[in-house]
Amino acid sequence: MNTTLNTVNYFIAGYVVIFGSIIGYVISLYVRWKNLKQEEEIITDSTDQN
Amino acid sequence: MKKPVALKVLDIVTIIALLGATAMVFFYAPIERVMGAVQKVFYFHVAAGWVGMLSFLFAAVAGIIFLVKKKKIWDLVGVAAVEIGIIFIFINIVTGSIWARPIWNTWWTWDPRLTTATIMELVYIAYLMLRQGIDDPERRARFGAVYAIVGFLSVPLTFFSIRIFRTIHPVVIAGSDPTAVGTFDMTPAMFQTLMVGIVVFSILFVDLVWHRIRLGQLANQVEEMKFNLQD
Repeated sequence: MNTTLNTVNYFIAGYVVIFGSIIGYVISLYVRWKNLKQEEEIITDSTDQN
Repeated sequence: MKKPVALKVLDIVTIIALLGATAMVFFYAPIERVMGAVQKVFYFHVAAGWVGMLSFLFAAVAGIIFLVKKKKIWDLVGVAAVEIGIIFIFINIVTGSIWARPIWNTWWTWDPRLTTATIMELVYIAYLMLRQGIDDPERRARFGAVYAIVGFLSVPLTFFSIRIFRTIHPVVIAGSDPTAVGTFDMTPAMFQTLMVGIVVFSILFVDLVWHRIRLGQLANQVEEMKFNLQD
C-alpha cells in the first residue's frame, strides 16, 4: 500500500529557489542599469563643462 | 534610452502569466499520490530546463549570425541568452536536487543527466568568465560567437542523456526506463500545468533577453562615451 510522503518543506524550498533566482536576476539587471545611467550622466556633465 | 511600449506591455503580460502558472501549480494540479507536494516542483523544474537549453540554442544561432554579418547586436543577443540560460539551468539543477532528497534519499548523485547538466552549466559559466578576460571588443565578440557554437554541443548531450544512458532520472514524457526512480503517470491536469509552465517560462525568457540586450546596448554606449572623452 502506498502512503503519500510529507514533502511540503521540499516543495516550499523548491519554489523559494525558483522565485529567489528570478527576482535576484531582475534586481541585478536593475542595479546594473542604474549604475550605467549614473555613469552616463557623469560623462555627459563633464563633457558639457569642457 | 526610453523603454519601448511593447516591452512595458510584455513586462505586465509576463508577470500576470507567471502568477497564473504559479496558481495552476498550487491550486489546479493534483498532489501526486506517492511523492506528495514536492512533485509540484517538477512543473517549473522542466520549464527552467527547457528555457535554459533554448537560451543556449539562441546563443549558438546568434553566434553564427554574428560571424556572418559582423553586427554588434548579435554579440549582445548571445551574451544575453547565455546569462539567462545560466540562471535557468541553475534553477533546474537546484530544484532537481531538492526533489531528489526525499525521492532518491540523496541531494546529489553522479547520474548521467545530472552530470551532463552540470558540465553544460560550467561550460557557459566559463564563457562569461573568459569573455571578461578579452579587452578588444571585436576579438571578444568573435571569441564569444565561436565559443557559443562549440559550447552548444553540451546541450544535445544533456537533453538525450536520459534516453541514451541507463539512468535513475525519470523520463516523464515518452519514457519507460525501468531503472528510473520517481516516475509517475501524468493526469490531464498535470500535463496542462506543465505545458502552461513551459509557455510562460518561454515568455519570461523573451522578456528577460530583451531587457538584457538593452542593458548591453547602454553599456556599449557608455563605453563609447568614455573612449571619446579620452580622445
